[in-house]
Amino acid sequence: MSTIDPEALQSHRSHLLRYAMLQLRDPSLAEDAVQETLVAAIESSSFSAQSSLRTWLVGILKHKIMDVLRRQSREPQLNVPEEEDENELVDALFRENGRWAAPPQTWADPEQSLENARFWDIFEQCNRRMPLNTARAFMMREFMDMSTEDICQELGVTSTNCWVLLHRARLALRECLDLNWFGTAR
Amino acid sequence: MLDCRHNTELLSQSCDRPLTLREKIAMRLHLMMCKGCRNFEKQLAFMRKAARELSRKL
Repeated sequence: MSTIDPEALQSHRSHLLRYAMLQLRDPSLAEDAVQETLVAAIESSSFSAQSSLRTWLVGILKHKIMDVLRRQSREPQLNVPEEEDENELVDALFRENGRWAAPPQTWADPEQSLENARFWDIFEQCNRRMPLNTARAFMMREFMDMSTEDICQELGVTSTNCWVLLHRARLALRECLDLNWFGTAR
Repeated sequence: MLDCRHNTELLSQSCDRPLTLREKIAMRLHLMMCKGCRNFEKQLAFMRKAARELSRKL
């Protein structure tokens, strides 16, 4: 067991804040979640020097975000989010060396969730959270089974852009489902 | 060697276009060594399944 240097923790702060903002969309909620994370980290004695500090912090942050989301109302978002900055989501999910900041954990028996009405609520809400162009590309591909070519034409983008949009959609959806459904059992 | 960031891009693109042999090999090699990305691959497949099912319901 090692104690953590508070200064080392602060160096992760901006990354944690970026991730929290993506999930919570509200600066003061995001600040709170990050603060609670850092406090929990300092008070914790469970950090083992073998795991990455960043990975561990993101793990704690995810729990704090889940708490915030649970406390919030369950109403779906009324505003469609604006198109996000280019690499915002990807930058928040991966470390500078290209590895996962918090590697995806196993989802226990996901097929079973398909029979749960509450899961479908969450799934729909997660889809609604996507920025407009990302959502449109994803809908066309996954719901309407359109080819990349056709999607590009519809949206007036290059195929590379199309793949970027689809990738963002999948990353975002995965995070959302992990936070709001599959991760809640952990 | 691919990093996770690039490997997940490839995994995503494999849902939308055929990968070259070279890409497939690089991806498989990474997946052999990375549990996080293996989970991501499974979760991609699940999300596709869920979307398909939802589209049938709508």
